[in-house]
Amino acid sequence: MHEMALAESLVELIEEEARKHAAQRVKTVRLAVGALAAVEPKALAFCFDAAARGAAAEGARLDILYSPGKGWCLDCAEEVPLSERGGACPNCANYHVQMTGGDELRLIELEIA
Amino acid sequence: MCTVCGCGEPNASGHAHEHDHDHEHHHHHDYGHHHGEGAIDYGAGLAGVHVPGLSQERIIRIERDILSKNDAYASENRARLKANGNFALNFVSSPGSGKTTLLARTIADLSGKLIIEVIEGDQQTANDAERIRKAGARAVQINTGKGCHLDAHMVGHALDELSPPQGAVIFIENVGNLVCPAAFDLGEAHKVVVLSVTEGEDKPLKYPDMFAASDLMLVNKADLAPHCDFDLAACKANALRINPRLTILTVSARTGEGLAAFYGWLEANAALAAAS
Repeated sequence: MHEMALAESLVELIEEEARKHAAQRVKTVRLAVGALAAVEPKALAFCFDAAARGAAAEGARLDILYSPGKGWCLDCAEEVPLSERGGACPNCANYHVQMTGGDELRLIELEIA
Repeated sequence: MCTVCGCGEPNASGHAHEHDHDHEHHHHHDYGHHHGEGAIDYGAGLAGVHVPGLSQERIIRIERDILSKNDAYASENRARLKANGNFALNFVSSPGSGKTTLLARTIADLSGKLIIEVIEGDQQTANDAERIRKAGARAVQINTGKGCHLDAHMVGHALDELSPPQGAVIFIENVGNLVCPAAFDLGEAHKVVVLSVTEGEDKPLKYPDMFAASDLMLVNKADLAPHCDFDLAACKANALRINPRLTILTVSARTGEGLAAFYGWLEANAALAAAS
């Protein structure tokens, strides 16, 4: 729901990096987005196109690396896949799972020209 | 003045600025492909990896959180609040949970004990800041316009305008929204999520991020509980499933029920923050 704000923030970051590396144009933007990051990749891509207008990132391809949610089950003492925050362990069905990954929201790299 | 960027913009409208933070890692590797004994190593280029469709010389590694700008402002706010001995709470909830009523009552009940000042966030109108001022506290209204949440930059400007006295408690009332404000650190000591009994006990499961990000949950409008099919025990269990460390208090801002416990929590945590 706040994808527009994230897209604006992303465009600003890219602007900064593009200037630092004297890039004329940004061709590809690679992001890591976790399944539990409360971000809808399609909405983010849509907002990114709008937010990038007139900026260095205009027309850039957005490449989103989607990572699944992960948690540590205290009862099974192992890492388990986690489909939602507060979700149950797929092995033992208990809710004693601490989220350990899948909430990242990071700009990984840019391909510039 | 914003001490991160040095801009003097007086209204808290959340405009864009550029800041340089040195988080990037820049590695220089040898150019070109490495030709060994009949082997062509595409992984030896500038970026150290071969990615189909991407020319190697032009990939730059960034590795920065998309929210890193907001987080830099938040750290700045936090340092500034700490230096001034201010204890800040970020109140989050869906619209209509009774946040403003709760804050107004708290201000009135604790007048003479604590100095409380308020930053009000709404998309439009200054109605809430007016209500807070009537209750006897200084307040700054931030209108986010299209925005669905407050961000740390807006709050930094609001702090400029408020210029709170040493030791004051700051209440930040976020935009009524159980989704977006969870992701934005404002520099507060704690997020406090307010859930009213008219909303249903499954809210923590429907909007888990907010409950995961909060340290205190206030179940408000307790006086209406007999009239609603609200299962308090289930609500608490749901919230604790999402966040086992959550402190939960049941209150009514209208009748005053349970507020003594909230005031106790507030004074204890403000004192703890001041002493540490």
